[in-house]
Amino acid sequence: MDYVVEMLNIRKEFTGVVANDNVTLQVRPQEIHALLGENGAGKSTLMSILFGLYHADEGSIMVKGKAVHITDPNIAYELGIGMVHQHFQLVHNFTVTQNIIMGNEGRFILDVRSASKKIKELSERYKLSIDPNEKIEDISVGMQQRVEILKMLYRDADVLIFDEPTAVLTPQEIHELMGIMRNLVDEGKSIILITHKLKEIKDIADRCTVIRRGKYIGTVDVADTTQQEMASMMVGREVSFKVDKEASKPGETVLDIKDLRVLNARKYEALKKFSIHVCRGEIVGLAGVEGNGQTELVEAITGLRDIISGSITIRGEEITHLSRRKRNELGIAHIPEDRQKHGLVLEFTVGENLVLKTYYQKPFSRFGFLDQDKIKEHTERIVELFDVRSGQGIYSPAGGLSGGNQQKAIVGREIDMNPDLLIAVQPTRGLDVGAIEYIHKRLIEQRDNGKAVLLVSLELDEIFNLSDRIVIINSGEVIDVVKTEETNEDEVGLMMAGIKRGESR
Amino acid sequence: MKKNSAFIIAISAVVLGLIAGSILMLSIGSNPLEGYSYLFKGGLMSIERIGNTIATAITLTLTGLSVAFAFKTGLFNIGAAGQMLMGGLCSTMVALTVTAPRPILLFLIILAGFTGGALWGAVPGLLKAKFNVHEVVATIMMNWIAYWVVYYVVPAYFKGMYLETESRLIPMSASLKAPWLDALFNGSYINIGIFIALIAVVIIQIILKKTTLGFELKAVGFNRDAAEYAGIKVNRNIVLSMIIAGSLAGLAGTTFYTGYASNMQIGVLPNQGFDGIAVALLGATEPWGVFASALFFGLLHSGKGFMNAMTRIPPEISDTIIATIIYFTATSVLIGRIWSFFNRRQKRKNDTKIINLDSGSDSDSEEEEK
Repeated sequence: MDYVVEMLNIRKEFTGVVANDNVTLQVRPQEIHALLGENGAGKSTLMSILFGLYHADEGSIMVKGKAVHITDPNIAYELGIGMVHQHFQLVHNFTVTQNIIMGNEGRFILDVRSASKKIKELSERYKLSIDPNEKIEDISVGMQQRVEILKMLYRDADVLIFDEPTAVLTPQEIHELMGIMRNLVDEGKSIILITHKLKEIKDIADRCTVIRRGKYIGTVDVADTTQQEMASMMVGREVSFKVDKEASKPGETVLDIKDLRVLNARKYEALKKFSIHVCRGEIVGLAGVEGNGQTELVEAITGLRDIISGSITIRGEEITHLSRRKRNELGIAHIPEDRQKHGLVLEFTVGENLVLKTYYQKPFSRFGFLDQDKIKEHTERIVELFDVRSGQGIYSPAGGLSGGNQQKAIVGREIDMNPDLLIAVQPTRGLDVGAIEYIHKRLIEQRDNGKAVLLVSLELDEIFNLSDRIVIINSGEVIDVVKTEETNEDEVGLMMAGIKRGESR
Repeated sequence: MKKNSAFIIAISAVVLGLIAGSILMLSIGSNPLEGYSYLFKGGLMSIERIGNTIATAITLTLTGLSVAFAFKTGLFNIGAAGQMLMGGLCSTMVALTVTAPRPILLFLIILAGFTGGALWGAVPGLLKAKFNVHEVVATIMMNWIAYWVVYYVVPAYFKGMYLETESRLIPMSASLKAPWLDALFNGSYINIGIFIALIAVVIIQIILKKTTLGFELKAVGFNRDAAEYAGIKVNRNIVLSMIIAGSLAGLAGTTFYTGYASNMQIGVLPNQGFDGIAVALLGATEPWGVFASALFFGLLHSGKGFMNAMTRIPPEISDTIIATIIYFTATSVLIGRIWSFFNRRQKRKNDTKIINLDSGSDSDSEEEEK
């Protein structure tokens, strides 16, 4: 048996759109096989075919050497194929055991005890350290993912599909997940890893199949291929990772925060006497594990959240009493963390979204009436400048755009406001390499134009690539402020966990 | 494209409603063709009857606009009935107490209706903005407050000559009925409220499509978080939206109680307030759509009496048809799906071209994948 799963010359078409065109994927036993492609390249479609959610128009599937017809997910389960979804499918007030046996409860009598025992054994064998009796709502996101993995193991899956598994994890959790994946392979499982993160592929995968715009590009041995080469295969052109930038020349202070105290939604103190400053011509990266006060900080600066005490000044002017709109007008632009919740009105057109913050100003509005011609002129320029691609230009509903183009539209809108302070929160979350490269360039450009940029990101790579200084935040406190060239990812990673420099580990 | 499909959905709902009605007529042994011909004749066969159809549509247009406008801001105004009562009460009070030259008096009557409704809309708006009280709850409460206010005020201060339960009749000089309109439509119920309704349709259309106010209201309606992020004052817009919605329903009260009718009865929550929800839905919450669907509902309402007189079909059948249409409009998602299913099949047949996935068509495939 050469291959445990073979998908040969798969073709799948949706009304006029070819999602997969002659794609071949061959997975060897006990290998970690990465499936690489940009957003919308057809990875999910291919996996949905393997999982029985879609039927291929052409091509064949072989599992363990036998031709099979997978018409629904239950057949996939029977063949030993399991999928760890990106969005977990767990019932939060059920225990781990209850979640795992759900849909597989046995005939009539619910034998929780033996199920629980089997789960414990599996957990020990694959070093997952899961307590079967804990409730989902009480365990971390990383642990919840392990429950998803256990679900598959409980159903005796031999081939596990991981769909973008690291998107929701902290750096530490990613590290642990990789260990788990190695254990799984050592114990005889095979893994298909769907991702567009090259570093992860390099770290863990054996071979990698690349698809681009639905077409099969090739399969390579990861050990013999550089990240650069894989990126070129994926995007179809040369991509640079390291953003070229000159040393920063910080000017006067734009944002100055002193002793800021803010409560979070649960009325706990999210920021405790927090102080930072950002100058013209520099990018300050705020590094921290999710939920350590970053969101509250950004909300306090932009006026979405009230503060208890402390001061926030822009060019020396106190802004804590100002409305959100006044703050926008003072020159604060904000690329929000959640582009669909805060960044865009999805039902509005692209054009309307591009004037979401400026529609009331001249020349877009006169005596309370919108000047559609001026808005059209202005928004078409942004769409052109920032390469926002959509079906009907500025008249497409924003909800119809791909994630990358939605983000480009937001970045375009915010940068075009010509702000003194640009706050970018997770500006490249969920985007592919091409779009990331583009947005990074734009952020550097802002810095070089003498703007102050505050970058909040959970991706250490991004922080290191862009920042001139790094502020490490933990539990609402500044752990340290370091110059990027004087530190490294390990050191910052430790500080993110709350361990100060020079402290014993 | 989007507008087209809303139109198709509305027409489908109407057709399905009529089909359901004919099944009912068949089941009681009547001939649906005969029934419908009398129903439509009843609303259209003479100038006078056309006038009555329009007169019924005036009030429905305004309550429909009220509901539709609130919808656009993400609010569900169930209080059109109460706002209409208050508007009607304020207008009636002015009509029965103020003496002034007719143009000034009419202006004051209309202004009073506008204000009464606006006030009744403002309260739920403020409650929502300040205390996050759901507007559905608040507007239903306001309906009953209006109901009891009328119940008290009319017998106490404006008691009719013969009946305790009615207000005095409004003199012709203070009525929205106009002699020249009467002459034009052979003495139907039509009144100058039709111009109020048409002006309201145009103004609401302009507010929603052309003004910064409309932009803000819609942004708040579609995505409150994004509106807040963009610096739009969400609470102010909620209150404003309810005031405008309330004033539209208040005007509906003016046209009904001082135009269509000539006095107020106590102990009645006007049905038009609730029918406004159906009118707004069938009209796809677009101002002109609301006007068209109000005309259609007006036709059903004014034709059902004639149908009843000429056949054995009870008038309830007409109400059932209205209810069925509401049902099909409310489940318009389903109708929309059925349509896109047929469209897609057709497209698949016509279109076998290969189009590569590019970022422009990403969304299509993503939708498909879901």
